[in-house]
Amino acid sequence: MEAAPALAELNVRIPSDVQYIADIVDEVVRRCAAAEFPRRHLTLNVPVALTEAISNAILRGNGEELSRSVHVRARVDTVRLEVEVRDEGDGFDLDLCTADPTTADNLVREDGRGLFLMRSLMDRVERYSDGGNVVRLILHRP
Amino acid sequence: MTFTLTQSGDVSIVEVEGQLIVSNRQELKQKVLDALEKGARKVLVDFGRTSYIDSSGLGVLVSLAKKMRELGGDLRLANLNDDLQTLFELTKLDTLFQISESRERALESF
Repeated sequence: MEAAPALAELNVRIPSDVQYIADIVDEVVRRCAAAEFPRRHLTLNVPVALTEAISNAILRGNGEELSRSVHVRARVDTVRLEVEVRDEGDGFDLDLCTADPTTADNLVREDGRGLFLMRSLMDRVERYSDGGNVVRLILHRP
Repeated sequence: MTFTLTQSGDVSIVEVEGQLIVSNRQELKQKVLDALEKGARKVLVDFGRTSYIDSSGLGVLVSLAKKMRELGGDLRLANLNDDLQTLFELTKLDTLFQISESRERALESF
């Protein structure tokens, strides 16, 4: 099936520093707003899931090594938002690494909610390797 | 992204303006730990001016709540908008924290 024409695209590479995350998230949210995504997508789904994906790439994928970069590509059309976050790490098994943070033991843990939130707030989350480690997020516009 | 600390009686109130995410969570943690160091045992985090929170932000709240309990204190939350409420419900953290709909209600609850 042919993709709908892109309304906006973003293609940016950043060093492995978490200080860059908020600006990229703002840019993607702005593009989704221009494409008339619903308010809740702009204030909850996109910012939280994208923050998780980029911080995962920086902290876990690249181990916060400033010499390693994270590449973010976002494409917004009339149907959906698709974001790819690529790091230079070895990758991970999405299912094995996604814990249920709501169990009694996990509820009191400080970590372990990132992948769960990403998968709860996006319509689809995929991971693949293409020489780098890529996480793809897809959110459909209702 | 700023954290403002004020005092109301014996309750220390931290207002979170903007996001609470991986890049600034340590700042919030340090602010509350400094207050604990000075003797604070009742801390209220007010999210009335907060846009969004990520898993690191949620994690720091869990960590601070644990620390407060160890010291015989209490950390409570107030003013969550619908999105933040959803986030706490998704992660079931709404069952771990006492959450009030307004700052005033939260202050009365201590």
